[in-house]
Amino acid sequence: MNKTNSGRSANISRRKFIVGSAAAGGGLALGFNLPFGVEPAAAQGPAADNTEVNAWVVVKPDDTCVVRVARAEMGQGTHTGLAQLVCEELECDWRKVQIEPITPGQNLARKRVWRDMATGGSRGIRGSHDYVRQGGAAARMMLTQAAADQWKVPVSELTVANGVVTHAGSGRSTTYGKVAAAAAKLTPPDPKSIKLKNPRQWKVAGKPMKRLDTAPKVNGTHVYSIDLQLPDMLHAAVKACPVYGGKLKSYDESKIAGRRGVGGVVQVNDATVAVVANTWWRAKSALDALPIVWDEGPNAKQSSATIAAHLAGGLTSGDAFADINDGNAPQAIAGAAKKIEAVYSTPFLSHACMEPMNCTVRITANKAEVWMPSQNAEASLAALSSASGLPLAQCEAYNHGLGGGFGRRGGTQDFVRQAVAIAQRYPGRPVKMVWTREEDQAHDFYRPISQCRLSAGLDQGGNLVGLHIRVSGQSINAWLAPHNIKDGKDVRQLQGLWKGAGDAQMGYTVPNLMTEYAMRNTHVPVGPWRGVNINQNAVYLECFMDEVARAAGRDPLEFRRVLMKNHPKHLAVLNAAAEKGDWGKPLPAGVHRGIAQFMGYGSYIAAVAEVSVSSKGGVKVHRMVLATNCGHAVNPATIAAQVEGSVAYGFDALQNEISIENGRAVELNFQAYRPARLHQLPKIETVIVPSYDFWGGVGEPTICVTAPSVLNAIYAATGKPVRTLPIKNHGLTLV
Amino acid sequence: MRLNVNGKAYEVDVEPETPLLWTLREFIGLTGTKYGCGIKQCGACSVHINGEVQRSCSIPISAVKSSDRILTIEGLSRDSSHPVQKAWVELDVPQCGYCQSGQIMAAVALLEKKPQPTDTDIDEAMTNICRCGTYQRIRAAIHLAAGTGKGGSGSIIHMTADAAASPGAPIDGGKPEREEVH
Repeated sequence: MNKTNSGRSANISRRKFIVGSAAAGGGLALGFNLPFGVEPAAAQGPAADNTEVNAWVVVKPDDTCVVRVARAEMGQGTHTGLAQLVCEELECDWRKVQIEPITPGQNLARKRVWRDMATGGSRGIRGSHDYVRQGGAAARMMLTQAAADQWKVPVSELTVANGVVTHAGSGRSTTYGKVAAAAAKLTPPDPKSIKLKNPRQWKVAGKPMKRLDTAPKVNGTHVYSIDLQLPDMLHAAVKACPVYGGKLKSYDESKIAGRRGVGGVVQVNDATVAVVANTWWRAKSALDALPIVWDEGPNAKQSSATIAAHLAGGLTSGDAFADINDGNAPQAIAGAAKKIEAVYSTPFLSHACMEPMNCTVRITANKAEVWMPSQNAEASLAALSSASGLPLAQCEAYNHGLGGGFGRRGGTQDFVRQAVAIAQRYPGRPVKMVWTREEDQAHDFYRPISQCRLSAGLDQGGNLVGLHIRVSGQSINAWLAPHNIKDGKDVRQLQGLWKGAGDAQMGYTVPNLMTEYAMRNTHVPVGPWRGVNINQNAVYLECFMDEVARAAGRDPLEFRRVLMKNHPKHLAVLNAAAEKGDWGKPLPAGVHRGIAQFMGYGSYIAAVAEVSVSSKGGVKVHRMVLATNCGHAVNPATIAAQVEGSVAYGFDALQNEISIENGRAVELNFQAYRPARLHQLPKIETVIVPSYDFWGGVGEPTICVTAPSVLNAIYAATGKPVRTLPIKNHGLTLV
Repeated sequence: MRLNVNGKAYEVDVEPETPLLWTLREFIGLTGTKYGCGIKQCGACSVHINGEVQRSCSIPISAVKSSDRILTIEGLSRDSSHPVQKAWVELDVPQCGYCQSGQIMAAVALLEKKPQPTDTDIDEAMTNICRCGTYQRIRAAIHLAAGTGKGGSGSIIHMTADAAASPGAPIDGGKPEREEVH
């Protein structure tokens, strides 16, 4: 076979980092949280490169500024945003900035100087802005100090711009590249002495800089994990029992004996089998031909109908807990002049990353390596270590730019564990395991299924006097992180309906308010799906708000405004969306508007959708205007891309579902699970209204207003609320 | 068998049912063409065969003739200088980038047939899936490459500093009592 080599992986292994013995004491890592019980080192570790000014900044003799990044890049633009923040404080030339991802082994060896590598919860920027900016500022101080030392002048007499240090008094100037080696030898400044810029004075951050990772994505040279090619590589295709909780009973290897290139069959774990071959296509074809007998177990009796009935019980059961219980909502509603009630539901959804789950593992007697697309490279390293039995110091993980993540490739790392089990059978040889799309759809950690009963009471004047929200559904924590459930109360499932400020606060003040959650778990794996629980909860609250507004005879925007006086940041974003979205202005015949607002990941968001519905049920979304206050807007162009992506991904919540029959997922490929296509997308306008007083997330929050704003427009168009998703179950299709 | 890919001849020894996609990726080493679904739904595997855009995941190699001219993303230009690639860079179309080889190959085929496409032409031709949702910039980049003057900048951004700088909730500098971390 004529195989090319992977530049990416080769580059990583050649990189001249000194990965010393892991001083960090982490024992073996189990579970989903970070295993490394290590305090981050100060923003300076032992220099491993003589022009490494500090952990974040390497300046090469040609003035190239290499900015190290720890977070993963999966298309969300975090790498570019982090580089902007470093560059802003470093005062280097943006045109000379390059990005270099670090590995978890390097991070561990240097006492986690780069801190958290996890990339989820819309935290890539807001979770690291302070220390990366400090890293850039500290490097600037050291570089200017090196110039001052060279010229024997006080550093206070120097100015710096675009990587050029100038001493006006003597007319001398030099560049970062010329003083970097000297700067690298200096003692780093006391972090307390570092003063960061006022974001209102930013020149590089806060601007729509072009992404730094585009070039290899237009010519096929970006090496995704699935593209990796290594010498002596083997390829594996896997199949797990389609019924969750089922087991592998037997398989008949003789039926695929003698197939060309096939090396063997591996039992991966008690529910999974793999075929290994010298190409993936041969492995996959042999796996398709392999007779497998499953012990499907009792879960094979489960279906969407049994699950729905299970959840419905939670809408009225006595085991729910109240998270907010202000006044007496049930009594206020019972005694109200007008009472409105509705039951909503939202289905399981799959992540459907364009790049299916995959990774490559190579295990020798004293070293384990994984090449993977991961939202949390340290979790990948931990999974590699625990699955291989080799200590962390003998493991390394090389993350590749992800072909989509959306929450699927974070803590679980199921694919790494599978690949380790296969690679252990072929010591010394890299084994690349790639899932088919069908396997990817069949074995996701799905967006959890839930139902919601809402009731509201209006007084004679049409004012909301009571609101009662009961969510019944599956818990992500119960599946993935039970330790996060305190006293049996899993508040995470009420995300977006919280009372406390700062992250996912409900924007309405209602005198009698009750929010409740009844946990109803199923046998289906669940996990974070871009936006996690705000997606469902925004549909419930915001669509019901429109029903209540209509019952009160009020305009949906005006009805909300009255309830949001105590939440000015929520209100300001709603007003921004309404204004740019021309709320109240005339529309062409047949076109209707819907509006929604919510909060998640520390950011405030709102949307206005313009929609028409044909007599045949064709739903055309013509235009959407989506506003966000994420506090500081580090890159408006990237924010717009994330907002546009939130519409496309948010359309999943309107038109898709993973349904369950005989205990397994039904929609196994894109003919049945239909991601949004170009022709379905409206004209999208992004309204950014930064208030410069907090750091909010961007990647996830906006998704949650996509579905409710469109659903509210459908309601305006048809007069009928859509309470159960997907819309196809109501004869409606996005066209 | 013999294949003509990007103007070069390759001799490959594969089973006849092997899809063109996997022949390109695993035997010729051209990994710019991606696997997404295997059932010609998503278009990540789009290549040109004799100038027509085709989904290579569903074409067995036995159906490909040695005289067929196969063009992949790697052969589109030597230096990313094709007008579609330039437009993609100009408007920062890619996000994760995984689908973009296929998107670009589909766009090039569209423009070869219709040098001045309308939005309806783009709707009909561009059926490839992008999970990041780069569609608005794809549309604009096609217009830009075609020089129709209709594309704009792709993203439409209204940036209003301080419009939401109302006193707000008391969160400044503080950590919320609860937050979603996953």
